[in-house]
Amino acid sequence: MNKSSRNVMTFSGGIHPAGDGKDLSCRHAVRGAPILERYFVLLAENAGKPPVPVVKKGDKVKKYQLIARADGFVSANLHAPTSGEVGGIVEVPGPMGVPAAAIEIIADGEDRGDPPFDPIENWETVDPEILRQRVIDAGLVGMGGASFPCHVKLSPPADKKIDELILNGAECEPYLTADHRLMFEHPRKVARGAAIFGRILGVRRPVIGVEINKGDAIEALERFEDHFGVTVVPLKVRYPQGSEKQLINAITRRTVRSGGLPMDAGCVVQNVGTAAALSDAVMKGIPLVERIVTVTGDVVVSPGNWKLKIGTPAIEAVKLAGGVTEEPGKLIFGGPMMGFAQKSFQVPIAKNTSGILLLPTKLSVNYESSGCIRCGRCVQGCPMHLMPCLLSTAIEADRFDLAYQNHVMDCMECGSCAYVCPDHRPLVQNIRRAKAELRKQLANNGK
Amino acid sequence: MPTGRNLVLSSSPHLSTGANLRKIMGGVLFALLPAIIASVYFFGWRALLIIVVSALCCMAAEAIWCAMSGKVVWRTVGDLSAALTGVLLALCLPVSTPLYILPIGAILAIWLGKQVYGGLGNNPFNPALVARVGLLIALPAALTLWTPSRGMENGAYPERSIFFSEIDAVTCATPLGVAGITPKIVGKSVEAQRNFEHLSSREMLKKYFIGDRAGSLGETSVLALIIGYIILVALNLINWRVPLFFIGTVAVFTGIIHFFFPGVTPGPLFHVLNGGLFLGAVFMATDMVTSPITGTGCVIFAVGCGIVTSVIRIFGNYPEGVSFAILFMNALVPLIDRCCGHRPFGYVRRRKKAETDK
Repeated sequence: MNKSSRNVMTFSGGIHPAGDGKDLSCRHAVRGAPILERYFVLLAENAGKPPVPVVKKGDKVKKYQLIARADGFVSANLHAPTSGEVGGIVEVPGPMGVPAAAIEIIADGEDRGDPPFDPIENWETVDPEILRQRVIDAGLVGMGGASFPCHVKLSPPADKKIDELILNGAECEPYLTADHRLMFEHPRKVARGAAIFGRILGVRRPVIGVEINKGDAIEALERFEDHFGVTVVPLKVRYPQGSEKQLINAITRRTVRSGGLPMDAGCVVQNVGTAAALSDAVMKGIPLVERIVTVTGDVVVSPGNWKLKIGTPAIEAVKLAGGVTEEPGKLIFGGPMMGFAQKSFQVPIAKNTSGILLLPTKLSVNYESSGCIRCGRCVQGCPMHLMPCLLSTAIEADRFDLAYQNHVMDCMECGSCAYVCPDHRPLVQNIRRAKAELRKQLANNGK
Repeated sequence: MPTGRNLVLSSSPHLSTGANLRKIMGGVLFALLPAIIASVYFFGWRALLIIVVSALCCMAAEAIWCAMSGKVVWRTVGDLSAALTGVLLALCLPVSTPLYILPIGAILAIWLGKQVYGGLGNNPFNPALVARVGLLIALPAALTLWTPSRGMENGAYPERSIFFSEIDAVTCATPLGVAGITPKIVGKSVEAQRNFEHLSSREMLKKYFIGDRAGSLGETSVLALIIGYIILVALNLINWRVPLFFIGTVAVFTGIIHFFFPGVTPGPLFHVLNGGLFLGAVFMATDMVTSPITGTGCVIFAVGCGIVTSVIRIFGNYPEGVSFAILFMNALVPLIDRCCGHRPFGYVRRRKKAETDK
């Protein structure tokens, strides 16, 4: 394929956030971080069942040592981010707003430890089962958002034929540049990770979807296309392109049916960060204990990307970025569109924390609405082709049945509607309420 | 270092576009500027007086209602929607309109057209049109008193002072009025046809386009309204389809009638350039609140507006039907919205599904 004449793909609907704040951090190379005194590795960090701790207070641990073992299929291992002593299972402010259990590691400052697994140099010829086992051993989870244990997606049921593997390098969230820097600085790792995923799933030519505002990353990845047998697909800049169903639609034109999974459409989507982590797990034999985090926001003194150990409290990351110019009004884990607001700087980062975003008080949206003027911008912006304004009106009147009929359950809560609403209606917030309410009702009916 | 004392917890998204109602209404007002300037040029300073007084009356009506119903006055008046309604109402009145009519119009528009339904966003009908049609029915004499514009023949354009009604002295008919009355007087004859040919001669069409004809303040200059349309589309304030399909339908419909019965009505160009079609199509039918939400819905709505307008113009008793047509279609909007819902992502077309079900 001629590289310059490639079609730029996208999906229908969605929004283009103006002034996306990526400039703040996208030009600085990823920096390392000094060893902290303490790390708090969250137990319930992955989607699914939390792993079971295998260390206790006072145990000496080496870097990369297993500290919590996966409990069941939908669960992921945890490893020590550095060498030191276990301070116990403690309660820390959690990323979901409630206290969460974490394994405290008191670092000895030496950061010593041998890779616990043998490198698999011959991954191109080895049995895919061995590679799949490495994914499980290394505790890989989806590093893009939901922290879903990675191996689950790599074990499709026998009747589902997977013929497309898509690496998600869209990074459509404003402000975040962690994936961008990763792809630009380590294209070999990302491309190799894609190829290894392809081996595991038996997909011949994995594709890497990257939005065209990351031109340097696309160029960097294209140099490894032939070497690893992957294809880079440039995507239009559009939010929420990084959503699985939208990304699949943009690249393959396939549609994942309502209520279905990507594997129903023969697709598996993995984040580029996960691919790079897989490459390390296979080639170096090391588990996932650190990740690139964007520390940014309009009140941060010097925003940028840092390689942080899992369990680093947010405040330490902010210190690396030189502190703040004013007291922030919001601390967000993830991007501004779907990230979670935090109430404490002590919340530690997890495997899926792509960014730590500090917004000034004046940028906080005030959801004070005087009434829908039916401008239809939310309808144009909805990537699921719903009608958020009408749904919201129904929900405000507690007509959850109407909302259900109009497919409220298909909403993925990307927030495009609330973002574009000129009347600042809490559209997606209302929809969340309806979904929770309806789930409750459906559960009750099931009894 | 941050302490976290100011941290606000809220659910995502944490950003929004800078858009707000005031900017939207202000944008529409900005797009009306060419039409306002044209109205002052063709009808004198009294035009501006009517526009300003009408806007102030509407804002006052809004403020009074909000104060009485315990709403935050500065917020509802500050979003400029009442001002916009006032300007739009003024632009569809003749220059000779007595000033005392404006407060009546404002009350009709803001109270009867909007607030009784629950305020901005809940009104089924375009408030400015409700007022205009209300006034037209209640005070037909004052509302159909047309005076010549600046460049009309034999110096009929009077030197006007802003406040005096001496302008009443000279009146004339609008081209649409002439076209409407002709078949009733001379029948569907060759004479009528000749009359129509004169009305749609090249110089006359040019005058209609520039705006040099009798009519309501803002409706005469098609040129100014086209500039307004371009501004609205550029600022993403309207669905671009509505004016195109509205005007296109009128052209096609009147064109067909004119082709087969040239003695009944003038040609499509005459109909498109005359009356309140451009003002209605660009600024009234596109009102977000009272038009359908989806693109398909907007097309159906606009085509409906075009058909009803043409039918009233050709077969009705009123020479002009744009206001009635838009109000009529406004009433159908909930129905159109219901029929034109989107198929959500992830659902297969019904036709295809039927095939697979077999």
